[in-house]
Amino acid sequence: MSRRVGMEASFAIAEAVKLAEAEVVAAYPITPQTHIVERLSEMVADGEIDAEFICVESEHSAMSACVGSSAVGARTFTATAGQGLELMHEVLFVASSSRLPIVMAVANRALSGPLNVWGDQSDVMAARDCGWIQYFAENAQESFDLTLCAFKIAEDPQVLFPVMLNIDGFFVSHVVEPLYLLEKEELEGFIPPYQYPFPLDPRRPVTMGAFAPPVLCTETRKALEVALQGTRETILRVWKEFGDRFGRSYKPIETYRTEDADTILVGIGCYTETASVAIDTMRARGEKVVMVHLRLWRPFPFPEIRAALQGAQKVLVFDRCIILGGPGGPLCSEIKSALYGEEKKPKIFNFIGGLGGRDITPRQFEDMIARGREILDSKVTVEYETIGVRE
Amino acid sequence: MVTAADFESKTEIKWCPGCGNFGILAAMKDALAKLGLSPEKVLVISGIGQAAKTPEFMQCNMFHALHGRALPLATAAKIANHNLKILVNTGDGDCYGEGGNHFMHAVRRNIDLTVLAHNNMVYGLTKGQASPTSERGTITRVHQHGVIMEPFNPLAVALSLKAGFVARGFSGRMEHLSSIIQQALQYNGFSLIDVLQPCVSFNHVNTHRWYSERVYELEKENYSPADYMQAMVKAQEWGNRIPIGIVYKQDKPSFTDQVFALKDGPLVDRTYSPEPLRELLKEL
Repeated sequence: MSRRVGMEASFAIAEAVKLAEAEVVAAYPITPQTHIVERLSEMVADGEIDAEFICVESEHSAMSACVGSSAVGARTFTATAGQGLELMHEVLFVASSSRLPIVMAVANRALSGPLNVWGDQSDVMAARDCGWIQYFAENAQESFDLTLCAFKIAEDPQVLFPVMLNIDGFFVSHVVEPLYLLEKEELEGFIPPYQYPFPLDPRRPVTMGAFAPPVLCTETRKALEVALQGTRETILRVWKEFGDRFGRSYKPIETYRTEDADTILVGIGCYTETASVAIDTMRARGEKVVMVHLRLWRPFPFPEIRAALQGAQKVLVFDRCIILGGPGGPLCSEIKSALYGEEKKPKIFNFIGGLGGRDITPRQFEDMIARGREILDSKVTVEYETIGVRE
Repeated sequence: MVTAADFESKTEIKWCPGCGNFGILAAMKDALAKLGLSPEKVLVISGIGQAAKTPEFMQCNMFHALHGRALPLATAAKIANHNLKILVNTGDGDCYGEGGNHFMHAVRRNIDLTVLAHNNMVYGLTKGQASPTSERGTITRVHQHGVIMEPFNPLAVALSLKAGFVARGFSGRMEHLSSIIQQALQYNGFSLIDVLQPCVSFNHVNTHRWYSERVYELEKENYSPADYMQAMVKAQEWGNRIPIGIVYKQDKPSFTDQVFALKDGPLVDRTYSPEPLRELLKEL
């Protein structure tokens, strides 16, 4: 039977990696991810998990080591954050284009500069186009469940893509919450034994990382994109199977209080849980507001977003990252591009906040929604507003 | 007259009480003052780590860079303005791990700057994982059965790459360390000072007392830092007796001395004057 325990999300991820029987963990310490790999290291040392823990000298080496171990057919896990993810950047593309099913947890953190170790989503958003399946967990329970699902999705023969599980740094990674842990017997058969179809093996030689001249590069990039888009079905199937077996279902987007809304607030990551408190308060006052939060980020859930936002008059998008020199927040940019071709389009406005670990209270979300409606009722003159900024 | 107080910053110092970094910071300020180097002539550059916080706690030109990347930044700063006195404050993880590749090539380049590597044999900022200089068998949260790799020997590596100034200091001997820093700053070329430093929170073996019982000053031992092979032998000495002081010193041209374009002064002081080139092109 599943056990209800109090545990921080970092440790919950480590528990899931143990249950998934990862064989290699290669990592480098960086705040706020460190607890995940420290816990895994203890598990390896105590013999709780039959895995090799490789301590490397940088995150670039960590991801390179993951590519190496995954390429020989070992089930591979790593975790990082912020600058660490950016240092891995060039290797992320090698992992996805080599179709290596590495699983990585990222405790989302701000990027330098200024130097800041606290949470926002600048790191994952800067790596959003690296060809990985990317999704978000908002609490410890989701972190545990979705780490288990990550291995099953990544290694599915129809997928063979690396998966990045994002959790907000500190607000999720370091918070102790109640959650249900699954036992080994309960999980039986959920994650099949890992069988990478083309491992580097002297008995069956293969070539990896080969050169592709102009005559081939377009086709391989296109094939990669088609394959990544094609992972949607497996992601949905695995999340449904998890729900059927263990009672907790996950969807590419989650909606909260969807009945008769005129304004929809869209977000991604754990701040949406705070925002849902504001939604409750406002609905109790009779205001027709709704929350839509994305779980799946790559491949982007275009059909689900279009369906969810179709009937709304006003859409407000909350981002925890600024695209410097671009249109504002990355989430809003994607939402606008998803809806541009639709005949019936809502008015959209973007708010940016929660940068570098700054908290946003439910009351601030209420103010944001009121302010957003006001802006959309008048003439919109700016791309976005920044919450609580001192100018 | 320049005093150590001129380098005092108003920023609250965020190191643990008893941290070896305090001794290094004091020695550095003392050395700068004794050489009469005023804050505007000094550039302190760091990467990431507890050591790398140092420039935040000083009043002078500073750049707190990315993890491992202090040396490439410092190299370019020196080339663009070789009138600046550059001190790189880095740690064993920052300099010998994440920035290890840069360390090797900075030595080879013989760029005129001083590296103060705060070596506490542990990752302090991320709470106590083993670093490149941790000894075999060191037990940490990550290395539960002890480190199984050989420790990085910064002095021997620098010597093998023909560094012209290789020294070791101890944060607990401020005056001695200040004297080494002064000589390093006066040396024309790449100078490495590996500074032994206790980490009061995460290294309970190599403590202040542990070092105090073992370190001895080379200057008091009739030791000549001019002998390369002897320096290599000293670089390997570790255990009951640990040498501190200047292990090796030899003059040779620095990188900026050898670049013809820098002979007329720092790049930053030059004006853009394409006229002579136009004249030259006409001749062709």
